[in-house]
Amino acid sequence: MAVITFADALNQAIKEEMRRDKSVFIMGESIRGGIYGVTGGLSQEFEAMRVLDTPLSESAFMGAAVGAAAVGLRPIISSLSSFYWVAMDQMVSQAAKMTYMFGGQVRLPIVYRAGMTYGNNIAAHHSDRPHPMFMNMPGLKIVMPTTPADAKGLLKTAIRDDDPVIFFEDNTLMGARGDVPEDMDFLIPFGVADVKQAGTDVTVVALGGMLPRALAAAVQLKGEGISVEVVDPRTLVPLDKQAILDSVAKTGRLVVVDMAHKTCSAASEIAAMVSQEGFWNLRAPIQRVASLNVHFPFSPALEKLVFPNEEKIIAAVKRTLE
Amino acid sequence: MIEDKELMVEMLRRMLCIRYFDEQAVELVQRGELVGAVHAYIGEEAVAVGACLALRDNDYMTGNHRSHGHPIAKGGDVRRAMAELLGKSTGYCKGKGGSMHLADFSIGILGESGILASALPVAVGAALATKIRGEKRVVAAFFGDGASNEGTCHETMNLAAIWKLPVIFVCENNQYAVTTRFTEVVATPNICDRAAAYNIPGVLVDGQDVVAMYEAVSEAVERARLGLGPSLIEGRTYRYQDHSEGLRRIVRDPYRAEEEIAYWRTRDPILLQRNRLMEMKMASEAEIALMEAAERARIAEALQFARQSPYPAPEEVFDDLFSNPIPIDRS
Repeated sequence: MAVITFADALNQAIKEEMRRDKSVFIMGESIRGGIYGVTGGLSQEFEAMRVLDTPLSESAFMGAAVGAAAVGLRPIISSLSSFYWVAMDQMVSQAAKMTYMFGGQVRLPIVYRAGMTYGNNIAAHHSDRPHPMFMNMPGLKIVMPTTPADAKGLLKTAIRDDDPVIFFEDNTLMGARGDVPEDMDFLIPFGVADVKQAGTDVTVVALGGMLPRALAAAVQLKGEGISVEVVDPRTLVPLDKQAILDSVAKTGRLVVVDMAHKTCSAASEIAAMVSQEGFWNLRAPIQRVASLNVHFPFSPALEKLVFPNEEKIIAAVKRTLE
Repeated sequence: MIEDKELMVEMLRRMLCIRYFDEQAVELVQRGELVGAVHAYIGEEAVAVGACLALRDNDYMTGNHRSHGHPIAKGGDVRRAMAELLGKSTGYCKGKGGSMHLADFSIGILGESGILASALPVAVGAALATKIRGEKRVVAAFFGDGASNEGTCHETMNLAAIWKLPVIFVCENNQYAVTTRFTEVVATPNICDRAAAYNIPGVLVDGQDVVAMYEAVSEAVERARLGLGPSLIEGRTYRYQDHSEGLRRIVRDPYRAEEEIAYWRTRDPILLQRNRLMEMKMASEAEIALMEAAERARIAEALQFARQSPYPAPEEVFDDLFSNPIPIDRS
C-alpha cells in the first residue's frame, strides 16, 4: 500500500495493464504529453504505436477503438465526457450494439475514459455528466469510481473486461489521496457496491464526486444525532441492486445523490428500482439530490446553485426524517 | 487484362450469386415473406466482387446498409445470409441483425452498418490493429456517395492517411442517396478527387467493369501491404432498384428517368463480364449457362435452408448483449 492520488492510481492501472498485456494500447488527444497527469510517462515507457496522439477526430478514433477491439486488441480511449457527444454514433451504433446485433460473433474489449469536469467555471460545453444517457443504452458497462483504490481496481477490471466500458472519472476527485494496493492483480469486480460508511437511520447512495460531499454531510448529521449509511455503487451498469436494497431494508430511508441533471438521472433509476423492489421497507419518500434541470452557467455566482452540495444532501436527509 | 481464367470465371460466378440472391430477396419482400428493409445491390455487383477478389481470405472488410453484395463477394455463406434475412436462428447473427447487418468475423467480414459512414472508423481501427501487430493484412471499407458527405468520412480518411494505415476506401458511387443525385451534393466532380486533401491516391474506376475494379483495388492493396497507406477508389456504378424495396410507396415523385436506368442496363456488370469471357474464349455459352443454373440452385437451396430453420427462441432475446455477461433487469 502507498498513499497516492486518484490520478496516479489511474496512471498505475494503465501502466500495469500495458506491461501485462501487449494487446492493450491507448489513444486520445494530447495524451503523449501526459495531459491531466493520468497518461504521464506512458510515451516514455511504451512503443509509439501503443500510445497514440490522435487528431481532433473523436468519431474516427473512438470508432477505431471498436475496429481494433473487434480484431483482438484492447484499446483504451482517453477523453473528456463532453467530447463523447461528437462521437455518439460510434458509441451507440457501433460500440454498444455490435456484439448483440452480430449475434455475439465479436468481443469488444474497450475502455472509454470519460473525464467529467464540473463546478470549475468552464460553462455548459465542458461540464457534462452524461452517464445516465449511456445507462439508457444497452450494451455498455458504466463505471464511476470514488476513491484512488477503487479507481485503480476498477480500471484494471475494465481493461481486462471483454465489453465496452465507459469509465467516468470525476475530475473533482483527481487530487484526492488514498491508500492504493500495489498488487498487479488488484481487481475490483463490477456490480459490487461498497458501503463507505455504515449507519442506521438513512441510506445515502452517492456517485463519484458526490461521495466526499455525502461523507461530509454524514459527519455533520452525526453531530445532530442522525446516523447515515453511505453507499457507493461504484458501477452503474451493472448496478449492485442488492446492496442498496439491503441498506434500505436496514434504514427505511433513501437519498440518492447524482451530479447528472435530475430528470432521468442515475438517481431516478435507483429511486425507481428501490420503489419497485424495496417499497415495503421504505418509511419515507425517496429523495433525489441531483443537478438542476438547467445547463451549467459560467458565472461563479450561478454555477454553484446547480449541482449538489453538502447542504442540499443534509436537507434531503432531513426530509426523509420529517 | 487478366490472363487467369479461373479468376475471370470466378468474377462472373460471384456476381451471379449476388444477383440471384438479391433478386430472391426482392421477391421475398414483394411476397411479404421477408419483413423489414432490403437494399438490393443489383447492378453494382462488379464493385464488391472486383474489390473482394483483390483481397486475401484473412483480410478484413466493412460494409453498409446495401449489405448482401459485400459479404457474398468476400466468400460468405449464402445459407446463413438468407437465414439472417428471414430472422432465423441459423442466420449469421442468430436473427439479431437482419438484412442490413450481415457479418462473418471468421472470414474478416467485420459487419455491415446501417448508419452511413459509421463503419469507416471500424475499418480504420482494424487497420490500426494490423499495423500495431505488424501484420500484412489490409481492410476494404465499402461506402457510398451518400456516406461520402458524412463528417466521419473525412475524419477517417485523414486518420488513415496520417498513420499510413492499410485501408482501401472503396466508394460505391451509385449516383443517388435515396433520391438525391450526387452531383447536387458533392462539391467536386468526382468523390475520388477528395483524395488530394489527404495526400493519398484517388482513382475513378468504371464500377460496371469487374476487371477494372479488381485491377484498381489490387494496386491499392499492394500499396497498403507495403505500408504506404490508404487509397480511395471510386467505382462509378448504378443501382437498378430504388434505394430500398417498397420505396415507391413513400417516394411519390420520379427522381430519375427510365431512359437512364435503361442506359445503365446496357452496361450491366454481369453482361459485360459474360461477353468478355466468351470473347476471350475463357468460357462458352453452355458453360456459363451451367454456372447460372448452379448459382440459382445455390440460392434456392439457401432459401430452403432458411425457411426450414427455426426462429430464435424467446429466451434468446437477452443473449449476446455482453461478452462477459452481467445481471440485466429482465422484467
